[in-house]
Amino acid sequence: MCLAIPGKIVEMDPQNAHLAVVDVVGVRRKVDLGLLQDEPPVPGDWVLIHVGFAMGKISEAEAVDQMQTLTMLGEAEAAMQEVRGYGLENAEQDESAQRWKQ
Amino acid sequence: MKFIDEFRAPELIAKAGKEIRRLAEPNRHYRIMEVCGGHTHAIYRFGLKDLLPSNVELIHGPGCPVCVLPMGRIDDGLSLAAQQDFIFAAFGDMMRVPGTHGSPLEYKARGMDVRIVYSPADALKLARSNPEKHVMFFAIGFETTAPSTALTLMRAKAEGLRNFSVFCNHVTIIPAIRAILDSPDMRLDGFVGPGHVSTVIGCRPYDWIAKDEGKPVVVSGFEPLDILQSIVMLLRQLRKGEAKVENQYKRVVPWEGNRAALRAMAEVFELRPISNGAAWGSSRNPRSKFARAMRSGTLSSASRFLVCGLPTPKRHNAARC
Repeated sequence: MCLAIPGKIVEMDPQNAHLAVVDVVGVRRKVDLGLLQDEPPVPGDWVLIHVGFAMGKISEAEAVDQMQTLTMLGEAEAAMQEVRGYGLENAEQDESAQRWKQ
Repeated sequence: MKFIDEFRAPELIAKAGKEIRRLAEPNRHYRIMEVCGGHTHAIYRFGLKDLLPSNVELIHGPGCPVCVLPMGRIDDGLSLAAQQDFIFAAFGDMMRVPGTHGSPLEYKARGMDVRIVYSPADALKLARSNPEKHVMFFAIGFETTAPSTALTLMRAKAEGLRNFSVFCNHVTIIPAIRAILDSPDMRLDGFVGPGHVSTVIGCRPYDWIAKDEGKPVVVSGFEPLDILQSIVMLLRQLRKGEAKVENQYKRVVPWEGNRAALRAMAEVFELRPISNGAAWGSSRNPRSKFARAMRSGTLSSASRFLVCGLPTPKRHNAARC
């Protein structure tokens, strides 16, 4: 929630202009780009994500650093759980989320 | 991208520690507050205090939006959601935080429809797919999450969704710092400014701390080296008798912040001070009373149940973060 999660924009959602598929260490989820409307990112760009919304554009090097920081802080698992939860209406009961938790 | 479980640049960390010891004047005691809970977490996790001389003291700031939430807010949110055909949606961080009659998870066990969401956008999705129910999103967080709640409310309004509301508990960082500085028994020399909050608000909102209060602010990243470098930058200013706002985290924080996020917050929220006696910050300073500033949603069609500024009788004390 407070610490940002880095991800790479893979593709824009053809159905919804403000959504894009973002890759976070191999996990792909849709993220909202609406808060970056002043300088819209394109596929290949790296962004920092909070609660399912891209909040800032960053370099690839910074994305790697940020993931490392999350790991060093012991927050990487919680971050990945958050990312896996995006788009799930009840993540707690979702089978894939449960599997991942185990 | 891969995870690396190592301290990066140990030689630079040693160098920064040495520079801090050189800059700290031996006959002076420095009290530096790190505002963000993420920094506090990093300071403990990496044992950064051990690298500092005894006269450079780090004071922990208001930090965590869950910890500063008064118990009364949880009570109010849960009693609203206890109505028939309501869904109570909140981030996982909230689920075990107790209200007077239990946590959201305990309410769930008693039959309330309580859902964990990881994004306010997913709470909105719940409202779309459950048109016969009313979804109440219990929103928490500083400026890292508030713009997302704002944009979600704007989307709900644009879609004309009537079964979605936000119970707004967002807090904003500047009044918190103001309250810290207004506290008569809190003496501080400078601030390590929050990193990701500043991605949104930029560095300008801290200007008054330097200009009017004469205290330096350095917006900092979260790695051990970032935090130590920020302390070096603060001590350099203090040694020269300067007070300005500097940005150590330039690689992520633009000086002007994220204007689109600021616009969304300005359009949807208004600042509302509430005074509930909640004591933030150091336990060594139990008498400090803070006027918490709360932003409340104003999109009436999308947010029907904005209950801001209700009396909040107790502050929960079970948050462990």
